[in-house]
Amino acid sequence: MSPRRRRYVVSFLDLGSAREKRAPAGGRAVQIYLPIADLPVNVFVVFAMGLAVGFISGMFGIGGGFLMTPLLIFLGVSPAVSVATVSTHIAASSFSGAISYWRRRAVDLSLATMLLLGGFVGTAAGVGLFTYLRALGQLDLTISLLYVALLGSVGTLMVVEAVRAILRSRSGKPVELRRGGSHTWLHGLPLKMRFKQSRIYVSTIPVWTIGFLMGFIGAIMGIGGGFLLVPALIYFLRVPTNVVIGTSMVLTLVTMATATVLHSVTNHLVDAILALILMVGGVTGAQFGARAGQRMRGERLRLMLGVLVLAVGIRFAVDLIVRPEDLYSIRMLEGAQ
Amino acid sequence: MRRAALAAAALAAWAAAPAAAEQLVSSLSSQRVLITPSFVGTELVLFGIVERGANSPPRRSGYDIVATVSGPRETIVVRRKDRMLGIWVNAESRTFVEVPAYLAVLSTRPPEQIAALDLLRRLQLGLRRTLLPQQIGPDTADVVRDDPFRAAFLRLKQSRDLYVEAPDGILFRTPVLYRANIPLPAAAPVGSYEVDLKLFADGALIARGRETFEIAKFGFEQFLAASAVNDGLLYGLATAVLALLTGWVASVVFRRD
Repeated sequence: MSPRRRRYVVSFLDLGSAREKRAPAGGRAVQIYLPIADLPVNVFVVFAMGLAVGFISGMFGIGGGFLMTPLLIFLGVSPAVSVATVSTHIAASSFSGAISYWRRRAVDLSLATMLLLGGFVGTAAGVGLFTYLRALGQLDLTISLLYVALLGSVGTLMVVEAVRAILRSRSGKPVELRRGGSHTWLHGLPLKMRFKQSRIYVSTIPVWTIGFLMGFIGAIMGIGGGFLLVPALIYFLRVPTNVVIGTSMVLTLVTMATATVLHSVTNHLVDAILALILMVGGVTGAQFGARAGQRMRGERLRLMLGVLVLAVGIRFAVDLIVRPEDLYSIRMLEGAQ
Repeated sequence: MRRAALAAAALAAWAAAPAAAEQLVSSLSSQRVLITPSFVGTELVLFGIVERGANSPPRRSGYDIVATVSGPRETIVVRRKDRMLGIWVNAESRTFVEVPAYLAVLSTRPPEQIAALDLLRRLQLGLRRTLLPQQIGPDTADVVRDDPFRAAFLRLKQSRDLYVEAPDGILFRTPVLYRANIPLPAAAPVGSYEVDLKLFADGALIARGRETFEIAKFGFEQFLAASAVNDGLLYGLATAVLALLTGWVASVVFRRD
């Protein structure tokens, strides 16, 4: 007789009302039943996750969605609910960040607006593809492949760049800044516009494209895309670093708030309770992370972030390559209730 | 010959006067399970007695009960991963149509010891013998018992405590008083549940019983779940505003200038 079976053996001494099953370690008081995710979670575990990811996001100036979504899936929340709910969490943490950058006037509103025009279309397209892939049963695979491809390549680039920068500063050479009058093909495109705060004069086409991709990727992967947007703005558009993070936060805020509403309307998958616990932990952790980050050297910080991004990418790759423990999975068919 | 005639007479008497045979009286500790924020699963108590009629024949081996608890129906896709281009992706799949989301088979003894296999199969007693129709082209049909997808479906459902087989789940306190606990995990979906009771004696089905209960979200949980589905836009906007509010509060609380 297995231990689980044994529990069902009845004891006639307590013939009375139903008694509740004992909660897992940690006690029942900290368990909360999530109304949309349909499972009970430990409040402290979720809060600690928010705190830890918030710390990292504050330290590196990113949303942290690429860490939070896998953590929620690991906790047992379905991938679809995780992606939808994390967008709410990122909206909160990027809003608190955007406010502090706004106070320091480190936000280029006209650049953000142009990026957003692309971002809105991208988010809508992303939520649409998300809904389609979910019906097709290949959402998990798509999310995994995107994680491997994006995190793997961006992580590698960041590590290489940061190591080079560290080596350069060790050997005493001045840090090479790829700024100045160097023009690329991007500057030959039409529809040029001047962005005063960023001190750049570029075509709006690459700006829209970057915005579209951020919104699209964010909606599908449940990430704000800050770790992609920041390098894109620096390397492609040559936006000064101090303006980049503030502008990226405004962009992230708007796309993620939009994704929250769109996910709610189309898939009904945003769990407000889960989001609230994550948000409170996240915004708190972000404050401490920001302070820790300010005490570190820029290239060290970029190296650490690169290693982190790469590690998450490798983790997803291993899951795809190694033979899974259970080849079978079950999922309720949508719209057939 | 004499015995056969006697048996026929007994059968006629049973058909004419059902009061003479045993009746299964049952009750549930609750007809309604409410999901509150602190819900972590629960157990319902099923209890009752076997009421013997005045002319009930003596039973040699005592009574046996098999209780089948089935939850709301759902359609489930079972997928199998296969290796394609070096990575493991969902390849083949089977759709199980309108199968119980929750299924528990509780009995006094393993069903195989209670009645003959063909009777068990006819009454669908036991997880192995429950009908699980699969979509096959435009039709639905159940497949052989050891179909790998069917086995995987049962295994995964059991690993989540949503399908339960407890061959010692019902106990007789006295020869006629029985009691069982129905384990309901936190993942048990909301909806109406049915308890189907079958009383056996000497390998034959002699009485049936039926109970129903319901699992429902309650209060705030119910409000949130309902508004997420019915007023998606309002729910999304409210959640987004909540996010902005949290972010704003944090920036005020932690302001450092």
